[in-house]
Amino acid sequence: MEFAELIKTPRVDGVVLRRPFLPTVEGTLCLTGHHLILSSRQDNTEELWLLHANIDAIEKRFVGSLGTIIVKCKDLRVIQLDIPGMEECLNIASSIEVLSTLDSVSLMYPLFYRPMFQVIEDGWKSFLPEDAFKDLESMTEEWRLSDVNKDYSVCSSYPPLVAVPKDVDDDTLRKAAAFRHGGRFPVLSYYHKKNGMVMMRSGQPLTGTNGRRCKEDEKLINATLRAGKRGYIIDTRTVSVAQQAKARGGGFESEANYPQWRRIHKAIERSSILQESLIKLVEACNDQSHSMDRWLSKLEASNWQTHVKEILTTACLAAQCIDREGASVLVHGTEGTDSTLQVTSLAQIILDPACRTIQGFQALVEREWLQAGHPFQQRCSQSAYSNSKPRCEAPVFLLFLDCVWQILRQFPCSFQFSQHFLVLLFEHTYASQFGTFMGNSASERSKLNLSQKTVSLWSWVNRPQEVERLSNPLYEANCLVIWPSVAPQSLLLWEGVFLRWKRSSRCLDEAYDEMVHIIQYNKELQNKVNNLRRQLGAGEQED
Amino acid sequence: MMEHIRTPKVENVRLIDRTAPRKAMVGTLYLSATHTIFVENNPETRRETWVLHSMVASVERPPTTPSGSHLVVHTKNFQVVQLLIPQERDAMDVQASLARLSRPEKYSELYCLSINPNANKEEREESWSFLDLQADYRRMGVPNNLWVSTPANSEYRVCDTYPSELFVPKSATPPVIVGSSKFRSRGRLPVLTYFHQDTLAAICRCSQPLSGFSARSQEDEQMLEAIMKSNPGSDYIYVVDTRPKLNAMANRAAGKGYENEDHYANIKLQFIGIENIHVMRNSQQKIIDVGELKTPSMGDFLWGLESSGWLKHIKAVLDAGVFIAKAVAEEGISVVVHCSDGWDRTAQACSVASVLLEPYYRTMKGLMLLIERDWVSFGHKFSHRYNHLEGDPKEVSPVIDQFLECVWQLSEQFPCAFEFNERFLVQLHRHVYSCQYGNFLGNSQKERRDMGLRERTHSLWPQLWKDRAQYANPLYRADHTQTQGMLRPNTTPYCFKMWKGMYNRVEKSSPPRQTPTDLLTAVREETQQLEEELTNHQEVAPGGTAQPGTKQEDCSPDKSGSN
Repeated sequence: MEFAELIKTPRVDGVVLRRPFLPTVEGTLCLTGHHLILSSRQDNTEELWLLHANIDAIEKRFVGSLGTIIVKCKDLRVIQLDIPGMEECLNIASSIEVLSTLDSVSLMYPLFYRPMFQVIEDGWKSFLPEDAFKDLESMTEEWRLSDVNKDYSVCSSYPPLVAVPKDVDDDTLRKAAAFRHGGRFPVLSYYHKKNGMVMMRSGQPLTGTNGRRCKEDEKLINATLRAGKRGYIIDTRTVSVAQQAKARGGGFESEANYPQWRRIHKAIERSSILQESLIKLVEACNDQSHSMDRWLSKLEASNWQTHVKEILTTACLAAQCIDREGASVLVHGTEGTDSTLQVTSLAQIILDPACRTIQGFQALVEREWLQAGHPFQQRCSQSAYSNSKPRCEAPVFLLFLDCVWQILRQFPCSFQFSQHFLVLLFEHTYASQFGTFMGNSASERSKLNLSQKTVSLWSWVNRPQEVERLSNPLYEANCLVIWPSVAPQSLLLWEGVFLRWKRSSRCLDEAYDEMVHIIQYNKELQNKVNNLRRQLGAGEQED
Repeated sequence: MMEHIRTPKVENVRLIDRTAPRKAMVGTLYLSATHTIFVENNPETRRETWVLHSMVASVERPPTTPSGSHLVVHTKNFQVVQLLIPQERDAMDVQASLARLSRPEKYSELYCLSINPNANKEEREESWSFLDLQADYRRMGVPNNLWVSTPANSEYRVCDTYPSELFVPKSATPPVIVGSSKFRSRGRLPVLTYFHQDTLAAICRCSQPLSGFSARSQEDEQMLEAIMKSNPGSDYIYVVDTRPKLNAMANRAAGKGYENEDHYANIKLQFIGIENIHVMRNSQQKIIDVGELKTPSMGDFLWGLESSGWLKHIKAVLDAGVFIAKAVAEEGISVVVHCSDGWDRTAQACSVASVLLEPYYRTMKGLMLLIERDWVSFGHKFSHRYNHLEGDPKEVSPVIDQFLECVWQLSEQFPCAFEFNERFLVQLHRHVYSCQYGNFLGNSQKERRDMGLRERTHSLWPQLWKDRAQYANPLYRADHTQTQGMLRPNTTPYCFKMWKGMYNRVEKSSPPRQTPTDLLTAVREETQQLEEELTNHQEVAPGGTAQPGTKQEDCSPDKSGSN
């Protein structure tokens, strides 16, 4: 299939573009295989380059022969195109509709994109499991890297290499995998250097209604406990949801078979409910009425902040078990690819200062989301505006980013990156020129040979100028565990994403620049004074 | 006051940390004439907790438990101190003593009047000359050929709740002034409060007219006409009635109400809809309750926030200020503002408008002057509203709380626009209630003069000024764009947040929460020391200042020349 066949009208003149915070522009609209472009020949007006993949929904309106297309983007921006000529407008609209909903992976933009920047470090090679394991090896000898999944046959959503207890052989792993949802047997997620406790994650055990058990699974997770110590199993579902899962072959670890583990149930919602929540929240933010009551009641009804609170609470619980109780933890929900990852990754942000650096956060996303098999492509194919029936879409990763933002806001000096980095990740999970978030698992990415055919987002991010842009001027390395408050009063709406296109951030940006100035000027002076002191010291010695 | 203290000292009292009830400090509780003091027993820390009696709002005593009697002290600045006293008798004595000590019946029982005024006579006298209201009018360019000072209210002859010195339109004759005052509730005639030098438009304030269904006053009509004429080039004025229209209409039955547009030529009447003091009192109680919820769910919290109505009221006050500021600065139209008596909602709307219009009122000294003018001098009833003495609970209402919160909400939207930080606002709020200084005693300028407060108490302002380093906003820079001209806030509901620093201060975290304000303040202090060190070695050119970056160089030469 050629893109040209899908583009009914490649070019229309005299199109007027209206978008948030920028002056109205009149110019020529062009459609290419991957972009909607609007350029005017005047200087100093910004062109619009919009990836079709970023378009979530469109609406058409006609007044006489003037057509209007409202383009609603996955990054939550809404723009308006006024197109003279009804036929042109209809053609453009239907072309956009088709181009923005292409299912074929082989037509996706990252496979066509050629970088305009010099790749200094290939992001596809920046965070290999082998390298991560070297760090672990330097801390403990109790773990090994198993290649039991090297051809993805044991677990299709796991990477080829996973860290498991040293004393457990591959055969045991295979049997445990057969007892876990999606073959997701318990693997190492995080090792807490301070006390040697660990966090593991998995899919739910397939106990079913008969209470099936699996000796190998029990052996596997017991191998992570120190003699006489108990561990915690954090099930991200409520007891009743977990009970219901038994009827479908799933379930949870019974006390009888796992006597060394204490099970705690939490209440993180399933992905379909999260998607509904996102839609309601965005609708509340776009409501033009100026009534406070209506806004607060819509915000409440969206339940978004409730989800943020629940996820953060569960992550704090996991972190508490490890750091305060000195116990190891196993986290799972149903599949182990959504709420489980929210919890394990946030717990690491709380516990491990390394995850709060720019590189460390990338490593965390790579390890706990991409390698761990979060189905990005399914979850992010539609955003808050789409009218089509949701299939597997859910803002699971966006909620994770929101939670990180909450912690960042509470500890503004403990993160090397600013919220810009989080917003950038949000954008690229939904539409990107990079291959990083394509596919649903390591296995899919490997089959598509993305590391050869596409550029990694990390290659872009890790260039000095980008690192600087994403840096937090207030950062002071802090080796402590940070405990965020999860009280509702402490959790705010993430303006940087949800109000980004609604209210101008100019004054807040100015404040940010001011902060950067104050700190930079201080550093300059420090250097000057240090030089001066050195000179004076040298002078005294000469005397 | 000593005679009200039934038990001056109780031992083995526990001070309970409300966020972690199992953690408690054991110590001794003392009641003095002015404070409740808890001193921890632990000889290493000996932490002390002081609560001024005048800050105590209520003392509850839940049913006695086997471990003793609890006392829950709520303060007027929304803090909660929880004590566990072993003997029920002691708890009852402490409660009874505090109940009396926290509700003085006479001004003389208040802290600021309980100290010897002549101990620091010179300092006291100086403290009262720290602010000069007349100088602030001169800063605005008043008097001038449009607005003049009138002696009409000397000795408070026409209005005993107004300041003695008033500014009125030059064309307003004495009969017009007196006649207009007779046609206004409590004699509060329209007078100038703010003059905008760029547009020559003014903000005037007054109380409601005694119009009823048909009454009119030629002098009052002439007064409003004179106000319009004092703004050359404009052919109408706005009359902003800050009340909901329904309330204003109801007042007509009592012979009061609002201006009839048929009688007043060239006015445009605008209702804003700020609710009355009773609604606000109840609303604040609800948001205090929200702040004190133990472990609320997100739904509890948001529902509580919504049903309190608090943010809706804050938005209404800010919207009123925005309307007035836009009329004055953008349309160049003068505005007459009133509510019923013209001392609550009117004070809010006028002072918010001033903060929006005038960069000076966003500095520490400027905000002090603004409070001194729009609140203190124009007869906002501080002692009634903030319950300084045992009195009518229906008179109590958080009117200035809402003004301070509007300023805070603005500072969240314009982080570089204000010279002061949140702490300054919280401290101002505290002092409005505490009566440690004489500034806010009484209900009018006349009452304060009659009490001789300048001779008997100290003024708060120089004290705050002395501590200004801790109230400074590190992001403030006098030449920043946000400190120039008018502020145009966004008042869409999602721009308002609950003021945690006011209503939810208890929460603790580990490690202690970092605030960018404190960090940047520390950085700027260090920067200053570095500059000094460099200057000492002639490394910094004489033009170098404490301003960050090289932004100063961007100033064009002619601009810096004109300053």
